[in-house]
Amino acid sequence: MRLTRLTPHERANIAFGGFTASAALVIMAVLAFIVWDVLSQGLPRLSWEFVSAAPRDGMTAGGIFPAIFGTVLLVLIMTAAVIPVGVITAIFLFEYAKPDSLFARAVRSAVYNLAGVPSIVFGLFGVGFFIQFVGGNLDRLFSDGQVIWGQPAILWAALTLAVLTLPVVIVATEEALRTVPREHREAALALGSTRFEALWKVVLPQAVPGILTGAILAVARGAGETAPILFTGAAYFLPHLPTSGHDQFMHLGYHVYVLATQSPDIEATKPILYGTVLVLLLVTVILNLLAIGLRNRLRKQRA
Amino acid sequence: MQTQPLATGKLASEKLELYYGEKRALHGIDISIPERRATALIGPSGCGKSTFLRCFNRMNDLIPGVRITGRATLDGADLYGRGVDVVELRRRVGMVFQKSNPFPKTIWENVAFGPRILGEKDKTKLDEIVERSLRNAALWDDVKDRMQASALSLSGGQQQRLCIARALAVEPEVLLMDEPASALDPIATARIEDLIHELKASYTIVIVTHSMQQAARVSDYTAFFYMGELVEFGDTETIFTNPKERRTEDYVTGRFG
Repeated sequence: MRLTRLTPHERANIAFGGFTASAALVIMAVLAFIVWDVLSQGLPRLSWEFVSAAPRDGMTAGGIFPAIFGTVLLVLIMTAAVIPVGVITAIFLFEYAKPDSLFARAVRSAVYNLAGVPSIVFGLFGVGFFIQFVGGNLDRLFSDGQVIWGQPAILWAALTLAVLTLPVVIVATEEALRTVPREHREAALALGSTRFEALWKVVLPQAVPGILTGAILAVARGAGETAPILFTGAAYFLPHLPTSGHDQFMHLGYHVYVLATQSPDIEATKPILYGTVLVLLLVTVILNLLAIGLRNRLRKQRA
Repeated sequence: MQTQPLATGKLASEKLELYYGEKRALHGIDISIPERRATALIGPSGCGKSTFLRCFNRMNDLIPGVRITGRATLDGADLYGRGVDVVELRRRVGMVFQKSNPFPKTIWENVAFGPRILGEKDKTKLDEIVERSLRNAALWDDVKDRMQASALSLSGGQQQRLCIARALAVEPEVLLMDEPASALDPIATARIEDLIHELKASYTIVIVTHSMQQAARVSDYTAFFYMGELVEFGDTETIFTNPKERRTEDYVTGRFG
């Protein structure tokens, strides 16, 4: 009986435990550093004017309200587009398609591949498909050669982001549908429901929290992405807010990029840069909290 | 094989075969199940009794790779013929499952689910249906003061009676019960069995059970399945006291199974 001495196995266990814990610690440290850096440099910059006014004096003064507005609007349009398409695709894949049919396999592999495409490629896709093809043809058909839709715009940027976040929503929705017990579908069908009624009245209500989780992930991803909107609608500076789908918009992520790379006076813009980063983080957190709050309320209603 | 084919049965099958892919699970079943009686399907696990039960509301349609030949009939009409409306069939042939499966909704919503699917919107009428169904399922007194409580707040036995009430609410002619008491304690089981006794006056009941005592207690007729075959079918007393087939006798006397 030894009480104080450790066996080699025990020593190895402790060593490996310490090793894994240190890896986890590195992640914590990186996050803590980022948050500390952004807070310490960005917080002094935050003021009512900063979040409510437009930039002035070549972006060395004033606020970033147009970029906040543009980011939130962009994410909302994106969400409105990606949820229906993603949910309906997932319903098709999980409820209707034969799992081993050629079409279902093709759709599924397309979804997985879509998730692996670099985001700048989505930007180029947005230009080629939404702006030139869809927008260009809309102009040709409806606006007598005037360029209205065939140029970068918030709608095209939002749809490009929607394509980017589609896999997230599809996978989360499929997961949510999988958690609904088979017994509930059988019970609904045995009572004389059509498959659609079983889906609509029994399966989907139970899947809603999981679908909202997908929406949360999509929002988190979409709010931070900058590459896909570079060419599809984000603007360097705009004197007024977007009022229709074919207007351009300012965006927090793009604003950060602009301030960091395009400013003639980097020392003057640096505090604004940090303030903008902080606001971008806050906007993402708030959008997420809204979605999480909605999900929790729906969960409570059913509990 | 089986005795006394009853040509006028509520449910019947002729040379019914069912395949899971290449594997034959049911071997030419001929049976005629009388109206307003309780018929028990017994046999060891994997003998095909549940599969056979599910042929009568076409729940096997949901399983990929299932193929059926022969005939299954309700009031003489072929269930697998052309133009059969499966949704309408399932309204006429209700089902209670082995594991109670109330929806995560209120008690009221569970029972009203079927009638609402059928288009009943009038709240007063739905209330009547819900009360009548719950009374018929011997659950009304337990739940009448908490119709808006979640169905999942009920005990296991109550949940199963709720599922029976839910099935009764669409006024089916037949009630298929797939081991409805196998997950319940003896007291809850006894209540379900009492309920079956009452319900068979108005409904044709087919019950799959693992328990021979249960089959003997609740059923008027008993069918013994073994390895996908219907070995013997007759009135319950004969099957349990004087079976014709050796395999039936071995099973009901507990020599195998």
